[in-house]
Amino acid sequence: MRDAAARMRLAGMIRKESLQILRDPSSIAIAFVMPLVLLLLFGYGVSLDARHIPLAMVVEQPDATSASLVGAFRRSEYFAPQAFDSIQAAQQAFDLRAVFGIVWLRNDFSARLLSRGAAPIGVIVNGVDANQARITEGYIQGVWQAWLESYARSQGVELAQPVALEPRIWFNAAVRSRDFLVPGLIAVIMTLIGAMLTSMVVAREWERGTMEALMVTPIRNGELMVGKLAPYFILGMGGMLLSVVMALWLFDVPLRGSFWALTAVSALFMLVALGMGLLISVVARNQFVAGQISILVTFLPAFILSGFIFQIGSMPAAIQVISHLIPARYYVTILQTLFLAGDIWPIVLGNSAALAVMMVVFLGLAWRKTHKRLDA
Amino acid sequence: MNTLRRIVALAIKELLAILRDKKSRIVLIGPPLAQLIVFGYAATFDLNHIPFAVYNEDRSAPSRDLVARLTGSPHFDLVAQLDRDAQIAPVIDNQDALLVLHLGPRFSEYLKRGKTAPVQLIIDGRNSNTALLALGYLRTILTDFSIDWSRQHGRPEPPAALQIRPWYNENLLSRWFIVPGIVGLLALVITTIVTGLSVAREREAGTFDQLLVTPLRPVEILIGKSLPGILIGLIEGTFILLMVIYWFEVPLRGSLGALYLGMFLFLLSAVGIGLMISSLAVTQQQGILGAFLFLVPAVILSGFATPISNMPELVQQLTLINPLRYFMVILRGVFLEGDSYELLFNQYWPMAIIAVVTLSLAGWLFRNRMT
Repeated sequence: MRDAAARMRLAGMIRKESLQILRDPSSIAIAFVMPLVLLLLFGYGVSLDARHIPLAMVVEQPDATSASLVGAFRRSEYFAPQAFDSIQAAQQAFDLRAVFGIVWLRNDFSARLLSRGAAPIGVIVNGVDANQARITEGYIQGVWQAWLESYARSQGVELAQPVALEPRIWFNAAVRSRDFLVPGLIAVIMTLIGAMLTSMVVAREWERGTMEALMVTPIRNGELMVGKLAPYFILGMGGMLLSVVMALWLFDVPLRGSFWALTAVSALFMLVALGMGLLISVVARNQFVAGQISILVTFLPAFILSGFIFQIGSMPAAIQVISHLIPARYYVTILQTLFLAGDIWPIVLGNSAALAVMMVVFLGLAWRKTHKRLDA
Repeated sequence: MNTLRRIVALAIKELLAILRDKKSRIVLIGPPLAQLIVFGYAATFDLNHIPFAVYNEDRSAPSRDLVARLTGSPHFDLVAQLDRDAQIAPVIDNQDALLVLHLGPRFSEYLKRGKTAPVQLIIDGRNSNTALLALGYLRTILTDFSIDWSRQHGRPEPPAALQIRPWYNENLLSRWFIVPGIVGLLALVITTIVTGLSVAREREAGTFDQLLVTPLRPVEILIGKSLPGILIGLIEGTFILLMVIYWFEVPLRGSLGALYLGMFLFLLSAVGIGLMISSLAVTQQQGILGAFLFLVPAVILSGFATPISNMPELVQQLTLINPLRYFMVILRGVFLEGDSYELLFNQYWPMAIIAVVTLSLAGWLFRNRMT
């Protein structure tokens, strides 16, 4: 008897929430339009791979040797070299940011090359964006190495360098930044969606006074929460599926782990994100504050502290401790591993355990705070 | 005169509405400052303490010297010594090490006989940017090792050598690039939060209609509603700037005037967008959703973390309507490159246009959008 009544109350609650979702289309927009638009925009827009970097080439004494070096830059897909007559002209373009760097061969370049060796190739790069500058330096070094070898061959000697690096980059041999950014973006977007879906919901009920109306019904706390979460969980998982489909077929990110592991972990993460939103709305009790808090605690922390783009291992120790409080951190790690490396269980299970703990904490706190009381 | 009085009265009312609620006060002051400190330290591309493992089959003096160069560098931390091929995969898979340096059994023999000794490197490419940076650090160490070995053993040096000098940020600290950007990031978030709900909330409560029947003209309402956002943005922006200069010690090489002109235009356009979203929204939930839908792409497509020049042409053109994009250039230009007003002119006028367009649209929507 009591079971039947509980089931009925729960079904009623879920029905009410579902109707509310259907009548105000903004929830559906959050769950489906947002991931679609954001993933499209970011999947194409966020990239750390530089191509066609504009480079000023200053050759003070053009001859066959310098021409072969300029040709090496010209052939590289990373650079778009432009010739300048003097270093002054090149610097002017550099100051106006028309070029990102300068390669400067002084007029004694070829002479020194033939006599003493170690002829200097002057390179200036714009260091403002330090990451981009370092990556560019790497590309320049690559061109230089390849040119040294071909130059040695053309002179009929073997370039006997003491050591040669043979790098092999696992999981992402082509070093496409999109392959790791898209899984990370899914985590960031899902944090937003999960928290936004629920953060406004309960706050709205408090503000409109319908929470009091709910309280006089026989519904219990737990039923209230399950009833509120269930429809949004289904919506959120729909958005998630859409994102994964886009990652695989639109952005060609490989999925090397199992689909089931991905689904299970994503469901867990969705519960964490929804729980976080629910907690925010229970604490804030008004939509204005709930909205403000969810903007502040979800997007930027998930963007900056999750390891999605900035490496957590390089942060100061205190910041690394703080990053453990960000649910997206665990999910980003799992997603990058599942997509690019495969089912590596120590990583998947360890991070899932952390997510499970966060789920219990968020939902538990929200449950305690939703006590059917009017005061506080 | 009356106009001024009415505007001031409305602005005070708006400020009170925002600051009266304790939770809302805390939300405006606490999190942005905490985020500045945390993100200022967290948002860096520089790699420190990269965990690496060594599989040294050679165990001779030269190979130990090479490994010592890595362990001696602040960028690398030795976490494991391997002695079997089979140990490489688990160490990388479980992210215990980002890279494994493998020296074959004949490493020193090759070196001594004047042949090229291969150094095998296995890198975890799950984060391709980190992989590339780590490879860059390692390449520098190996080049130094090569040159030193050549000099000590009378082998010829390479015929040409690179001399790379970065300008404006000589030590390539990515913090110098990221931290000034945080000023724009937080200023945008704060103003959007303040203005994004200001009309929607009154619409939902029904007080906006009351406001419309007061003697206030739409222009006056517009100014009155904009002032608090700009004021709060300027105050918090100034505070964050001071932190960037004195706490994070990023050099300020250009003029503060050029920076503040940029900040003012930026806040004006951010407030315009916030008010536009707010007056389009019927409910607060829609207001928040709209604020989010603007904020998230505005941040990610601003050049804050990933360069705009890497984006496809179409997305690059889309960023032209993003005010944050221009403010990012101004912030970094003034801080690191010492840019002047003239050099930044092309960043100022697009923001002015965005501000004029969005503010007029918002003013028009006040009256013409009926609930």
